[in-house]
Amino acid sequence: METLITILVGVLVTVAVYLLLSRNLIRVILGTAILSHAVHLLLMTMGGLKKGSVPLLGENAESYTDALPQALILTAIVISFAVTAFLLVLAYRTFKETGSDDLDALRGVKDE
Amino acid sequence: MNNLLVMPMVIPLLTGVFLVFLRPYVRIQRIVSLLSVLGTLGVAVYILNRIQTEGILKLDFGGWLPPYGILFVADSFSALLVVTTMVVTGILLLYAFSSIGKAHENMFFYPVVFFLVAGVNGSFLTGDLFNLFVCFEVMLLASYVLITLGGRKVQLVESIKYVSINVLSSWFFLLAIAYLYGTVGTLNMAHLSMRVAEAGQDPLLTVIGIIFLLVFSLKAGLLLYFWLPGSYSAPPTAVAALFGALLTKVGIYALFRVFTLIFYHEPEITHTMIGVMAALTMIGGGIGAIAYNDVRQVVSYNVVIAVGFILVGLAVSTEAAIQGSIYYLIHDMIIKALLFLLAGTMIYLTGTARIERMSGLIRNYPILGWLFFITMLSLTGIPPLSGFIGKVYVGQGAVEAGAFVLLGLAFLSSIFVLYSLLRIFMNCFWGETIINEDDDVPLPKGMLIPCVLFGLLTVALGLGAEGIAVYVSDAAHTLMNPDIYIEAVMNGNR
Repeated sequence: METLITILVGVLVTVAVYLLLSRNLIRVILGTAILSHAVHLLLMTMGGLKKGSVPLLGENAESYTDALPQALILTAIVISFAVTAFLLVLAYRTFKETGSDDLDALRGVKDE
Repeated sequence: MNNLLVMPMVIPLLTGVFLVFLRPYVRIQRIVSLLSVLGTLGVAVYILNRIQTEGILKLDFGGWLPPYGILFVADSFSALLVVTTMVVTGILLLYAFSSIGKAHENMFFYPVVFFLVAGVNGSFLTGDLFNLFVCFEVMLLASYVLITLGGRKVQLVESIKYVSINVLSSWFFLLAIAYLYGTVGTLNMAHLSMRVAEAGQDPLLTVIGIIFLLVFSLKAGLLLYFWLPGSYSAPPTAVAALFGALLTKVGIYALFRVFTLIFYHEPEITHTMIGVMAALTMIGGGIGAIAYNDVRQVVSYNVVIAVGFILVGLAVSTEAAIQGSIYYLIHDMIIKALLFLLAGTMIYLTGTARIERMSGLIRNYPILGWLFFITMLSLTGIPPLSGFIGKVYVGQGAVEAGAFVLLGLAFLSSIFVLYSLLRIFMNCFWGETIINEDDDVPLPKGMLIPCVLFGLLTVALGLGAEGIAVYVSDAAHTLMNPDIYIEAVMNGNR
């Protein structure tokens, strides 16, 4: 199971890198969103997938699943949500201001 | 009373939230923010002094003993940096009062500055790797807002690069954390250090260490500084100074923490890498600093050179060198803030950022000119100013470790700094004045006073290096002996 998920993470990272390397601003932002999902999955896999029963809810199981990765992911999801929202607004403002969402057109500052 | 340890993060955070509600009342916002900075500074100084008598302080949140809970740890290194952060922030706020403009003040400028400071202080004080990530993100989100606030075209375009590169580096940070958790099963820094020492730093762990090196280098601008000059020259002066003084320093702090506490077993790999990167950073920064005619670019490349210089201390990793790095780190936070303020003030006065379009400023603004002169000497490391002592110790450490190439490059970089700033000084301050008496822009007192304060600080830090020597040597001693840190975190009963 871990192997499968790891391969899935690899696929997600591939997709994300492809998107990140494109010139369209929105694609780049989608790329960062997928990238963060990939790493969340990886965090979960690294903690080991479902090795025991649910933690905290009872004391009579033999082993429990590690709850820490899930807490980490929850925090990371919230952060990546905030950053993605910010990026989207930023992209919209930039589009409004410059009339372009092509990263080639947004290169550098003219007066240099 | 150990709860005090969380105050350097909580006071700015609450102040930030509080100030959001005071949006229309600019005057009250200013008073509250100054009081809050002073209060935090007081707490930080108190913590620093308590560490000297009681050893490393820690605070386990919710009473969860390490390695299970999250905790804050304050040793001399982090406390010193918190104190410096608060001093620099206070003076920069003074500058912002007179320069940032009504539009910014009404658009939550002060709250965001406080969120940034909360993130910075949190990063310095935390003892947990994931918590470090969270504090980094708090700091970065605040910095995203600060860099875009105002919404000029340049700012928007530059901030896209800044935000995307930081999102990517945060991704690498999480990746490294995931791998590390999968390998050793803990995220508490002291516990990590123990486990890595027990298991031996095998190639796998070294690779994870190198991923951390990549992450923090991106944040600190060590070799991977390509994003830095553009982003730091876009926002208003006060914000640029805040970035130049604080943001890269957090990355440097994290590098020191991780590579002296956790991944210190394979110095021939990791520390050599840091050394090579530091050398390349100094060369690249030096070339950048003398290549541009734009004051803001020159100043930004000076940040890059300093990053390289400070990390020479970590690369050679002797106690003297680390001491030097800490002295230089503190000096650099103050002097870079001053340098950015001076550059911004020059641009404000002349309306241009090009060196060749300014001339003879010292005739109209003598104090500004002399301050620039002092800054230049201090950055180059002329005694008795504050840059001197750090350079001496780093040099001594490099000689002890036999790293003569790094030593040569480190001191050669000083010449590049001198040349780049001398060029600004001679072009902009000497020569015939271009400003005739009719359109002489008056220099507001509110902009000059913060610069003078920073100037006094750099002189005071140079002359009074003896005064902070106790703290710095203790900080270096703790960094060089991870056992002290581990012992305090795992067994300290406070």
